[in-house]
Amino acid sequence: MSAQLRRGIVAGIADGLARIGAHGLFLLQILAALPASLRHYRETVRQIWFTGAMSLVIIMTCGLFVGMVLGLQLYYVLSIFGGTAALGTVVSLSLYRELGPVVTALLFAGRAGTSITAEIGLMRATDQLAAMEMMAVDPIAYVAAPRFLAGIVAMPLLACVFNALGIFGAHLVGVSWLGLDNGTFWSNMTSSVDVWTDVINGVWKSVAFGAVVALIAVFQGYTTAPTSEGVAYATTRTVVFSSIVVLAIDFVMTAFLM
Amino acid sequence: MAQRRSYQIGSGLFILLGFAALAYLATQTTSIANFSQGPSYTLNARFTNVGQLKLRAPVKIAGVRIGSVESIEVDPERLDAKVRLSVDKRYHEIPDDSSAAIFTSGLLGDQYIGIQAGGSPDMFKDGDEFVLTQSSMQLEDLIGKFLVNGAPPAKPADAAKTDGGDTGSEHPAATPKKS
Amino acid sequence: MQVRGLRTVLGRKTIFDGVDLDIPRGKVTAVMGPSGCGKTTLLRHLTGQRRPDAGSIRIDGMDVTGLSRQALFELRERIGYLFQNSALLTDYDVFENVAFPLRQHLRLPEEIIRNIVLTKLEAVGLRGAAGLMASELSGGMMRRVALARAIIRDPMLILYDEPFVGLDPIALNQVLRLIRTLNDTLGVTSILVAHEFSAVARVADLVYLLAGGKIVAHGPPQALRDDPSPWTRQFFGGEADGPVPFQYPARDYAADLGFAADHPSAPSAAARQAAATTRAAEPRA
Repeated sequence: MSAQLRRGIVAGIADGLARIGAHGLFLLQILAALPASLRHYRETVRQIWFTGAMSLVIIMTCGLFVGMVLGLQLYYVLSIFGGTAALGTVVSLSLYRELGPVVTALLFAGRAGTSITAEIGLMRATDQLAAMEMMAVDPIAYVAAPRFLAGIVAMPLLACVFNALGIFGAHLVGVSWLGLDNGTFWSNMTSSVDVWTDVINGVWKSVAFGAVVALIAVFQGYTTAPTSEGVAYATTRTVVFSSIVVLAIDFVMTAFLM
Repeated sequence: MAQRRSYQIGSGLFILLGFAALAYLATQTTSIANFSQGPSYTLNARFTNVGQLKLRAPVKIAGVRIGSVESIEVDPERLDAKVRLSVDKRYHEIPDDSSAAIFTSGLLGDQYIGIQAGGSPDMFKDGDEFVLTQSSMQLEDLIGKFLVNGAPPAKPADAAKTDGGDTGSEHPAATPKKS
Repeated sequence: MQVRGLRTVLGRKTIFDGVDLDIPRGKVTAVMGPSGCGKTTLLRHLTGQRRPDAGSIRIDGMDVTGLSRQALFELRERIGYLFQNSALLTDYDVFENVAFPLRQHLRLPEEIIRNIVLTKLEAVGLRGAAGLMASELSGGMMRRVALARAIIRDPMLILYDEPFVGLDPIALNQVLRLIRTLNDTLGVTSILVAHEFSAVARVADLVYLLAGGKIVAHGPPQALRDDPSPWTRQFFGGEADGPVPFQYPARDYAADLGFAADHPSAPSAAARQAAATTRAAEPRA
C-alpha cells in the first residue's frame, strides 16, 4: 500500500514536472514565433478586442462591487480603532497591491481564458490548425502568439480599470453613504500611496498574470484532444490551472518584489 | 475589411480607456497628486528629529496645503536634519518669524509640516530658513517620560537633562512608577 | 512522387507495413481502401504533417521526411490540400477564407485579390456566397469553398481527402468535373483518397488499393474492376466477407454471449480453445 502510494506520488511529481516543462517549451515556441506574428498584428488587435474589451463589463461590475464591499468592511474594522480617516488609504493599497491584479486575473481566466481555450480547441478539433499548417501558415504565429500578446496587453489595462472602479465604489460607500469626509478620504490616500512601489508594482504583477493566464489558455486549447469532451476538459483545466498558478505567482512576486 | 476596422477602433478605445484609468490612478490617488503644479520657492528648516516625515509630505498653514517636503538630509556639522520645503509661489506672504513643526495627522496618519504664522512685517524670501522649529513628537519618548515622571514634563528639555546627567536622581525619580 | 518502404506504427497498431507508391506527374491518382486503413494518415505523411517510422517519400526530388520546417512550409505553398471536413476558418467569411493563403504569403493589391478569389469561387459555383460566414454553409458548400481555397495559388499538387463524402449528385458531378478540368488544363498532379469506386472510376487515371497496411492491387480503374483477386472483388463488388474482415477482431461469439457453459467468462486462449472444441464436437455427438 505504502509502496503504491509512493509510486503514485512519484508519478504525480513527474506528471507535474512534465506539465510545467511542456508549458515552458510552448512558451519558447511562442516567443520564437513572435517576430513572425508581428506580421499578423491585425490578428493581435482583434484578440485585444475579444479578450480585453469584451471583458470590460464583467471587470467593471466586479471592480465596483469589490470596492463597495471593501469600503463597508474596512470602515467597520477601522472604526474599531477610530481610524476611519485611513479608509481611502487602506482600500487603495489593498486594491493596487493585491486585489486588483489577482481578482482581475481570476476573472480574466474565467472570461477570456476559457473562450481562448475553447476557440483554439475547436480549431484543433475541426482541423483548422492543420489547415493552416497545410497553407504554410504557422498556427503558433497566427493563432497562439497573438492571443498570448493580447493577454499581456489587456490584463494590466483591465486591472487598472478594475482598480479605478474599486476606488470609486469605496468612495461611494465611504463618503456618499457612511458620511466620511471627502477631503480626508483623498488626502490620506494621496499622502500614503506611492506610484512606483504600489501602482506600478501592481501593474507588473498583472502583466505577469496576463502572460501566465494567456499561456495556459492557449496551451490547453492547442493541445486539447480533438473531441467535444476534450475541449470541455481543456476549458476546465484552463480555469483550474491558471487560478492556482496566478495565486502561487502572486505569493512569490509579493514576497520578492514588494 | 469594415469588420476588421471596427475591431481596430474598438481595441483602440479599450487601450485608451485602460491607459486613462492608469493615468488617473497614478496621478490622482498617489503622492504624485501632491506635487505642486505652479512655480514654487524654497524654504529651509532644521529639526533635531524628523520622526516619520517622508519626502513629498505636505506642508500646511492652518491645515491647508501650501507645498511639500522636497528633501531631507543630515547636516554633517551640526548633526541635525535639514529639510527643504517647496512652497507654492501663491503663498509668498509668510512672516519670517513663523515657526515650523512636525505634526501627525490623526493617530494613524502620516506626518506633515505645519507652519504657525508669526507677526513680523517682513516676509520669507526664497532660500530663507525658519528660526523656530519644533521636532516631531515621538510617542515612545512621551510614554517613557510619562512612566518615569508620573506626569507629562512641564519642561521637557530640563527633565531630559536631569535624567541623563545625574545618575543619583534616577532611583528616587523612578519610585512613583512602582507605587 | 515516390513512396518507398513506408512503415508507420500508431500505438500498438501497424498502419503501414512497407507501402510503395508511384504517383505520376500530371495524372489523377486515387488511393482507395476500407475505412480505417490509414488513407488520411498516408496524406499526412505525404505533406509532412506526420513523420513515418521508416521509409522515404520524395516529392519533386525532395525527401519530405527529412525536410526542415522552413523547407516544408515552402513546399506546402505549392500544395493544395482539401480536408475531409473542409476545415474552413470559422472566424472569417467565405471570401476571406479563400483569400487567406493569398493574404498570408503575398502582398497583393486588394483588387487583384478580389479578382482571383472571385474567379476561383466562380469555378466552384459559389461566387454569390462570398459574403456568408463559414457556419452558414452546408457541408457540400463548405467542401466547394475549401476546394476554391486549395486551388487559389494554382498548386502543382492537390491532395483530396475524401472529396465525395456528403455531396449531393449535382455537387458531386461539379467536383468531379473540377478535378478533371484542373488536371487537364493546368497539368496539376492530383491524389485523391476515397472509397466510392463509381466516382473514382470517372476521374482517376490510376488506382491503388490499400488494405492491411499494404498495397494489394493497383492499375487503371477499368483493369481493377475486372481484376479477379479476392481483394478487389470484395472491395469493388461490395461483398461483406472476404480478405478484409467485416468483424473487428474479437473473441469467440458464443463465449462472449456466455453460451460456453464450462467457462462462462473464459478470457484465456486455452479456455476459448476448449469452448471452440466443445462447440465443434457438439453436432457430432
